[in-house]
Amino acid sequence: MSDVLSVRGLTVTVRDKTLVSDVDLTVGPGERVGLIGESGSGKSLTALSVLGLLPEDVVAAGSVQLTGVDHELIGADERRMSRVRGRHLAMVFQEPMTALNPTMRVGDQIAEAMLIHRTVPGRRAARAAAVELLGRVQLPRETMRAYPHQLSGGQRQRIVLALALANDPALLICDEPTTALDVTVQALVLDLIVKGVVARSSALLFITHDLAVVATVCERVLVMYGGRVVESGPVEEVFTRPRHRYTEGLLAASDLETNERRLTTIPGNVPPAGQFPSGCVFRNRCRHATDVCSTAPSWTGTASTGFACHHPAEVTTHA
Amino acid sequence: MPEIREHIPAAHQPDAEPAIKLIDVVRNYTRPRTSLLRSAPAVHALRGVNLEVKQGERFGIVGESGCGKSTLLRIIAALDRASSGHVIVEGTDITHLPERRLRFLRENLQLVFQDPMSSLDPRMRVRDIIAEPLVVQGHPASGQRVRELLEAVGLSADAGDRYPHQFSGGQRQRISIARALAPRPRILVADEPVSALDVSVRAQVLNLISDLVDELNLTLVFVSHDLSVVKHVCDRVAVMNAGQIVETGYTGDVYAAPQHPYTQRLVSAIPTLHRALSGATTTDLLATKGEPA
Repeated sequence: MSDVLSVRGLTVTVRDKTLVSDVDLTVGPGERVGLIGESGSGKSLTALSVLGLLPEDVVAAGSVQLTGVDHELIGADERRMSRVRGRHLAMVFQEPMTALNPTMRVGDQIAEAMLIHRTVPGRRAARAAAVELLGRVQLPRETMRAYPHQLSGGQRQRIVLALALANDPALLICDEPTTALDVTVQALVLDLIVKGVVARSSALLFITHDLAVVATVCERVLVMYGGRVVESGPVEEVFTRPRHRYTEGLLAASDLETNERRLTTIPGNVPPAGQFPSGCVFRNRCRHATDVCSTAPSWTGTASTGFACHHPAEVTTHA
Repeated sequence: MPEIREHIPAAHQPDAEPAIKLIDVVRNYTRPRTSLLRSAPAVHALRGVNLEVKQGERFGIVGESGCGKSTLLRIIAALDRASSGHVIVEGTDITHLPERRLRFLRENLQLVFQDPMSSLDPRMRVRDIIAEPLVVQGHPASGQRVRELLEAVGLSADAGDRYPHQFSGGQRQRISIARALAPRPRILVADEPVSALDVSVRAQVLNLISDLVDELNLTLVFVSHDLSVVKHVCDRVAVMNAGQIVETGYTGDVYAAPQHPYTQRLVSAIPTLHRALSGATTTDLLATKGEPA
């Protein structure tokens, strides 16, 4: 079976700085893939490159192929991209207020998404489909007439989700969709996202910094740091037997269940974009770094499961 | 950091008076009028909050946005006044004290806010930011004291010459903590101090707060929407919902066996690695059973 999304050698640069370097990423049909990393790791830029929504003077190179689209997405002109976005590929952003049009009733916005791509025969059908979509995200029919500012953050994010799923996209990308929400609302929105993609057999690329959320939502995970994918594999594998020292440190630092009074930390700070060290991007914060780390570590393992580290953590038990 | 350990706190006697005590605190706001004919609508931000924080305790306040936790904090810090009820800090009823008699509170109780960018003056050098609470209260602000504080929060001494924008989020939060500690407070109130930070930096700042509270024998009031962070940092926790405290108890107990339906929903909605790896799905987050897996 061919992949829904296939990213090869994606590199994103702004003037002389490299923000994302040589990222390979595939998402299979119906697969839920997580992309985790701290701020500045390049995970959002990766998503924006796929969508062709990079800011001006930020340039992407490499190859992005999407199933059902017969052209390369990198470098495609706006006319072609606007036929892909919202149809084959949809995105849920972190901040729903800026993703919605404040001057339009939400029902019209959802109907518009279908009318623009001509996936429904007419206005009446589009409105009926919009009501149906609202029902799927557990919002009442009356919400059709509401403006975004009349809704709460969680309700708005559900509208954005309904909009994104309106045309049954092959791939849904979510960039920190629940970071701005309360935990109980987050639980509902996460559940709706998973049910929405499962019902359509859409693939999901889920971007977040929250390891627990990724583990709950996704099947496979990629860990990014300093603009590179440092480790990838099935969620269970990566989170129970991390190989890259960054993944190991990140897991330890986010473990609040520990009975120790002090948390395990990663020394230092995430460097600002473009100021990561050469060679292994993590070497200036890594306790295991040696001279060999000044050369870039090669990828160990298969395309979907592996890591890039000169001094990987030992595997004690192998499943 | 030997120099900072100066005030010896009141012993942890069971009969020692509580650091903070709230009796039936109510705070109502009025919204702007929407109609000429009807009266202005009221918001009941706090509806009768009773609370007791003991000396030297690490006390957590947890709740979702809009539950009134920030209003509660502002009232404890006398930045806002209660509509009715009493607020007693270290034995003094501050409910109706005028600002000029609140000097003891301004020295003994200090705040750390969520967003270190908006709570640090971008036009001041770090050393002036840290010395400001001392200057305002008429103490001599020596360079020595500022260096001590910078060292205590893990920043180099030359950090004092720089401006807030030259630091990362975690470092800025260290500066906020240093500023809060400058007047040698006995109570440290932290409002979502790690919510804006990356995971690897969050662990550093939580450790720092924890160490300083131990070393300086502070009473910590830690407000967060994140029950798992509070569980790690605090001994006791109060869960707030809709302007009321619905449950109080030792954090371990509240987390393991929540009693109130709201707390049960809150606890089960928290995604954890442990639960996810043992097969919990997003649907399990919505389950309102009390016991987390």
